[in-house]
Amino acid sequence: MLSETTQSSSRKFCPPLVLGVKRLCLHSLSQVFLSETDLRTIMCPKYDVLGLGASVQSSVFENTTGSAVLPGALQQQPFDSLAEKPQFPGASAEFVDHLEFIQPNVISGIPVYRVMDRQGQIINPSEDPQLPKEMVLNFYQKMTLLNTMDRILYESQRQGRISFYMTNYGEEGTHVGSAAALDPEDLVFGQYREAGVLMFRGFPLDLFMAQCYANVDDLGKGRQMPVHYGSKDLNFVTISSPLATQIPQAAGAAYAIKRENTNRVVICYFGEGAASEGDAHAGFNFAATLECPLIFFCRNNGYAISTPTDEQYRGDGIAARGPGYGMLSIRVDGNDVFAVYNATKEARRRAIAENQPFLIEAMTYRIGHHSTSDDSSAYRSVDEVNYWDKQDHPISRLRHYMTARGWWGEEEERAWRKQSRKLVMEAFERAEKRQKPHPDLLFSDVYLEMPPSLEKQKESMWRHLQQYREHYPLDHYEK
Amino acid sequence: MAAAVRLLLRAGSACNASSVCAPHTSTQRRHAAHFTFQPEPVPSQYGPTQKMNLFQSVTSALDNTLASDPTAVIFGEDVAFGGVFRCTVGLRDKYGKDRVFNTPLCEQGIVGFGIGLAVAGATAIAEIQFADYIFPAFDQIVNEAAKYRYRSGNLFDCGNLTIRAPWGCVGHGALYHSQSPEAFFAHCPGIKIVIPRSPVQAKGLLLSCIIDKNPCIFFEPKILYRAAVEQVPMESYQIPLSQAEVLQEGSDITLLAWGTQVHVMREVAAMAQEKLGVSCEVIDLRTIQPWDIETVCKSVVKTGRLLVSHEAPVTGGFAAEISSTVQEECFLNLEAPITRVCGYDTPFPHIFEPFYIPDKWKCFDAVKRMINY
Repeated sequence: MLSETTQSSSRKFCPPLVLGVKRLCLHSLSQVFLSETDLRTIMCPKYDVLGLGASVQSSVFENTTGSAVLPGALQQQPFDSLAEKPQFPGASAEFVDHLEFIQPNVISGIPVYRVMDRQGQIINPSEDPQLPKEMVLNFYQKMTLLNTMDRILYESQRQGRISFYMTNYGEEGTHVGSAAALDPEDLVFGQYREAGVLMFRGFPLDLFMAQCYANVDDLGKGRQMPVHYGSKDLNFVTISSPLATQIPQAAGAAYAIKRENTNRVVICYFGEGAASEGDAHAGFNFAATLECPLIFFCRNNGYAISTPTDEQYRGDGIAARGPGYGMLSIRVDGNDVFAVYNATKEARRRAIAENQPFLIEAMTYRIGHHSTSDDSSAYRSVDEVNYWDKQDHPISRLRHYMTARGWWGEEEERAWRKQSRKLVMEAFERAEKRQKPHPDLLFSDVYLEMPPSLEKQKESMWRHLQQYREHYPLDHYEK
Repeated sequence: MAAAVRLLLRAGSACNASSVCAPHTSTQRRHAAHFTFQPEPVPSQYGPTQKMNLFQSVTSALDNTLASDPTAVIFGEDVAFGGVFRCTVGLRDKYGKDRVFNTPLCEQGIVGFGIGLAVAGATAIAEIQFADYIFPAFDQIVNEAAKYRYRSGNLFDCGNLTIRAPWGCVGHGALYHSQSPEAFFAHCPGIKIVIPRSPVQAKGLLLSCIIDKNPCIFFEPKILYRAAVEQVPMESYQIPLSQAEVLQEGSDITLLAWGTQVHVMREVAAMAQEKLGVSCEVIDLRTIQPWDIETVCKSVVKTGRLLVSHEAPVTGGFAAEISSTVQEECFLNLEAPITRVCGYDTPFPHIFEPFYIPDKWKCFDAVKRMINY
């Protein structure tokens, strides 16, 4: 029976083997040149998990004389006990001698940071960012303006005026809280439910409408479905439909910005569903390993179309994944605009100062349907939706905060509702009347310059239209 | 000891002429290349030249870029130590670890990251270790890179992105180290695809890709990395994209190919001249998308016959697109059907490579049939 020390020494010599796998271990050069007899007997001992010593070794490890053979090099040479630590390049950790699986903690997961309670009262005064009245009023007005625009544009889709729409109901706090914590020069990569970020930055109602109507004023030249906004001036990268593709892109952009040394951060929004995509894993890993000044902002709103979170992931949400990548992470109450603001502000400060990514998981609830193509009553109860609409809404919580300070009241609310509705309706009516962009814009911007073959295709289209024009809606398009 | 040596020899390497070896019946030697690379005349218009093979000409292009463009960065798997094909040797030491760096092993991340760099204004040069592994990045390339400018109404673009990948057969690469995936990307408007035939071409075309304001994929024929050696200009120079090159004028048939296959076609042209008295016009397409329809059609109008050849499988390969366009444009000029000599519709095999590839004998035979049509 080998002694304890020898056993552990022998384990160190042999790389961890899959149990039962015979392999030729070369412990020293002297063993390269072997007789045929030797070859049959030089084996690594089975990895002695139970620490039972020589008795575990199988009878296969026998030479021609039938006795168990231990290769000489394994027997005595003690390893330096001061270096009794794992030497693996892949992890920096201690040894442990008892078998225990790490339990993922989903029952009491990462706590949710909040500043206000559901009635808009500050819980811990030292966390109140104590923003000036004008700023808080602006938050409120932007959130409610977004809400108003959402109602009107959702209706307009129902009436066949626009082809498609996605509302932001319930998530206005995540947009405005985070946008307010950024600089206007910070680059935003979004998914599709972040219109409030753009609105906060000052994107005019006319341009929201223009994109949804795909009319001649659309900065995107009418090429994409509604809500695929973009603005170069406001540093908001144009939305694309494929989910999570923006995540590794945000990491690349952050890397470029880091090299420019301009104190800008990149923020990347995505939902908890998109976080399941491979691109999300790629983006997190790249941002962490390449030390990118980047805020990953996950809107965990409970649903990816009809798929609830318990069918999306089994771990503790998205925030728990951050540490797996070596990333600082936090979970916040997404319906608490101050919590979102505080977390984003601090993440921004540190991301730039320390050149590392931060993960913010903003817990919230998608009050509206996924889009105008969805009827969420098919997969969730009206009661559930009502709870969030009535009991835990970012807009009402902020309103309570404001009214408690005498910054807002019934009169202001009435006046603002009237004014915001008027603003939206006027923009809507203007947008309705505008023409669609010139059909030539079907062909441009594929490449910077138009290839000859595409020129030919464009000419062939116009020749066709000349002959068959009555079958095409040319009157609605710019001449 | 002698017995031990015997054991080890039998275990591993090819049999040598030692008397202890039992003779094998016709040992299959690993095949010599299916073409001979002929260096082209030294270019005089781009300044002083240096002897370089293809991977060195790539290094030279990257070196020129990093020197002149402070925003340029090179990244991908294993590029830091020089790359598995040595294309980035020395660049990290010369330009710094923030400019030449390894990424995690994730092609979708490499391309996505590259797109983001480009969108933010940096010159992004991404390396995919083998073209066979580009597919995880297909969504980022097709749905994002190619469409960035169009979908944003030209507010944003990733024109500063160039993706490089080793491409094509190498003698023993089998399914996953031999692919030529240009056809998958040719079907996607918005990206450019470029494939060089030689070191001089590689450097000039790569520099054009890097400077071009559209996302480009640059496929490098790996079999030429060491085998192709030429005098290559040391300074920066550009060879225009979307311009095919007529390497040899002829009157009876047009032979069209790109990358490694151009060298096969040159040999076919020589064989055809010698054995059949047939005068071949040899064209290197160079840019697959957008391709130089005019030069190819002009040639076919003259010769009346077109043979297109590529290693990639014949069905849906890029020769199909060329054939379709040329028959539309040049129908009445054709003396014979357009012929494609390509890989079979199988995955790229290992031991069967000599039978799989569109070698000079298959192409020669096609020329013969077309002349006698």
